[in-house]
Amino acid sequence: MLTILFDGIAYGMLLFVLAVGLAVTMGLMNFINLAHGAFAMVGGYITVLAMQRLGVPFLASLPLAFVGAALLGAVLERTLYRPLYRKPHLDQVLFSIGLVFMAVAAVDYYIGSTQQIIQLPQWLKGRTDIGSLGVGHYRLFIIAVCAVLTVILQYILAKTRFGSRLRASVDDQRVAAGMGINVNVVFLSTFAFGSGLAGLGGALGAEVLGLDPSFPLKFMIYFLIVVAVGGTSSITGPLLAALLLGIADVAGKYYIPKMGAFIVYTLMIVILLWKPNGLFVRQGGKA
Amino acid sequence: MHKRTMLQAAVALALAGTAGLATAADDVFKIGLILPMTGQQATTGRQIEAAAKLWMAQNGDTVAGKKVQLIVKDDASVPANTRRLAQELVVNDKVNVLAGMGITPSALAVAPIATQSKTPLVVMAAATSSITEASPFIVRSSFTLPQASVALADWAPKNGIKSVVTLVSDYGPGLDAEKFFAERFLFNGGKVMDKLRVPLMNPDFAPFLQKVRDLKPDAVFVFVPSGAGTAVMKQFAERGMDKAGIKLIGTGDVTDDDLLPEMGDVALGVVTSHHYSADHNSPANKKFVEAFEKANKGLRPNFMAVGGYDGMRIIYEALKKTGGKGGGEALLGAMKGQIFESPRGPVFIDAQTRDIVQNIYLRKVEKKNGQLYNVEFDVIKDVKDPGKTK
Repeated sequence: MLTILFDGIAYGMLLFVLAVGLAVTMGLMNFINLAHGAFAMVGGYITVLAMQRLGVPFLASLPLAFVGAALLGAVLERTLYRPLYRKPHLDQVLFSIGLVFMAVAAVDYYIGSTQQIIQLPQWLKGRTDIGSLGVGHYRLFIIAVCAVLTVILQYILAKTRFGSRLRASVDDQRVAAGMGINVNVVFLSTFAFGSGLAGLGGALGAEVLGLDPSFPLKFMIYFLIVVAVGGTSSITGPLLAALLLGIADVAGKYYIPKMGAFIVYTLMIVILLWKPNGLFVRQGGKA
Repeated sequence: MHKRTMLQAAVALALAGTAGLATAADDVFKIGLILPMTGQQATTGRQIEAAAKLWMAQNGDTVAGKKVQLIVKDDASVPANTRRLAQELVVNDKVNVLAGMGITPSALAVAPIATQSKTPLVVMAAATSSITEASPFIVRSSFTLPQASVALADWAPKNGIKSVVTLVSDYGPGLDAEKFFAERFLFNGGKVMDKLRVPLMNPDFAPFLQKVRDLKPDAVFVFVPSGAGTAVMKQFAERGMDKAGIKLIGTGDVTDDDLLPEMGDVALGVVTSHHYSADHNSPANKKFVEAFEKANKGLRPNFMAVGGYDGMRIIYEALKKTGGKGGGEALLGAMKGQIFESPRGPVFIDAQTRDIVQNIYLRKVEKKNGQLYNVEFDVIKDVKDPGKTK
């Protein structure tokens, strides 16, 4: 019972890191980026290639995945995404879906379609039993990394000057620019940071979720559920949503295996019927 | 006058043209090979294509006075694509034989086309038992999941495994594996404690493996498509299930030769049953593995490759026997009943079921010369597909 809860939390935390970047771009920048999963995949492949081809240790490859995905995010924001900010949402959806298919085909072509396997260091393998609770070392590691990230993220958005600038830029670009805020730089760095988080999520998830070129398509639904259920106005919303979904998914598959695959969707429908805008809605901002 | 010569020339040209076409069609024997070359099952396509090309390189491309032409098409494992490609191959390219079929739904989608056009369809990978029943023109060179599962269910109770939990992917081959393993295991006096079905698009095996751990069977019987096998094995080891006294057994898809070298030590000691291992100890296989690795930059052939290699042999032998005369029915007749020595050991194409009869080996993952291999330690001879005996 406790083990299931633990596994569920770890899984939920992983979903959170993967999806939180999407919540940021969608909620704060008001841009629908369905290609978010592609950045996660890029992070995963950076880890795999760094470890297999260059012999980089696992821990060192995690920041690489973050930086790599963030840089790619920055470049694409400047070149492809910026012109689309003012376009209707449908254009954004179609454009980013197209990006996903291109990413899938590119990875398939250059690296191949096989499942990529990474070898974790010894101290991350195995598990420790504490009473009836079985703690997988790697899952504990995921929870720890994600918890730290959440705190940092919450701090940046709520307490720092950058956070206020970002929120100001989103609420009214013209006034923000008039106040001396460089809106372009704010958006660029936010987008890059969100992509970097996705990359880190992909790197962390390669071990648990598997990694092949269809990754962005496979998990797009999960990201969208997390964002839809959690709402896009804060960090706590997607966090709680991801935890809830992770635990429900794992517990559902454990206790009612026959229904297991549907629990997540059922839960999503119930929550959205109850709160159509997600669990947490920011007051006053643009919807 | 001028007009007349033009006309004559045109007629002559047209005649020459048709004659040329006719001889060309007569001299060429076309094999339409439809495989997943992209997408999730791309490794299957890659292995089979490499094996088919190896067979042609080793045996020449002229058989019974005909030039053999291989037309490879990519269906990306989408059955609608497979069907369309098969139609094009039959109608436009006028292929003599259809072959390939990476997954069961693809094979089933093409079956009616094979029947209507009387074109033999050599299934080289897809492994659901019922496939050969979908058309009288289907011949299979791969294996069936009941074949592999039943052999394991015979072996396990004799070797200290009295209770199992089955864990399979929730689709055709998985359900076949579950059904036939469980039935035979019960028949042999074993106990099946639970049957778990994992959604095919499953992100995390944790809840299912935890359930197995809590039920504490002697072993867990696993069937998942080959890519997912690694994830299962890793999480199995990380959950400390081997230390809790639970064994991992399964069909050979779990320790696919294609991925095994990268799996790492978590795979050590896993017992599987299957029709082919790259480590199979016979001169024919040594030659096959060596040639395959040489032609493909060290890529190790897996059970898909051997299905493709033997499929090509079946087509070649049938063509030899019919001398290129007669249509699809004659070819099909010549495919039935073939007996030969494959890299996997002796095989036989059952004339009644058109399915392959072969040895099923029990193997354990061991390290040999620093590399992981499925090392065979026991054999059940001449296993006919149990799905067809009823």
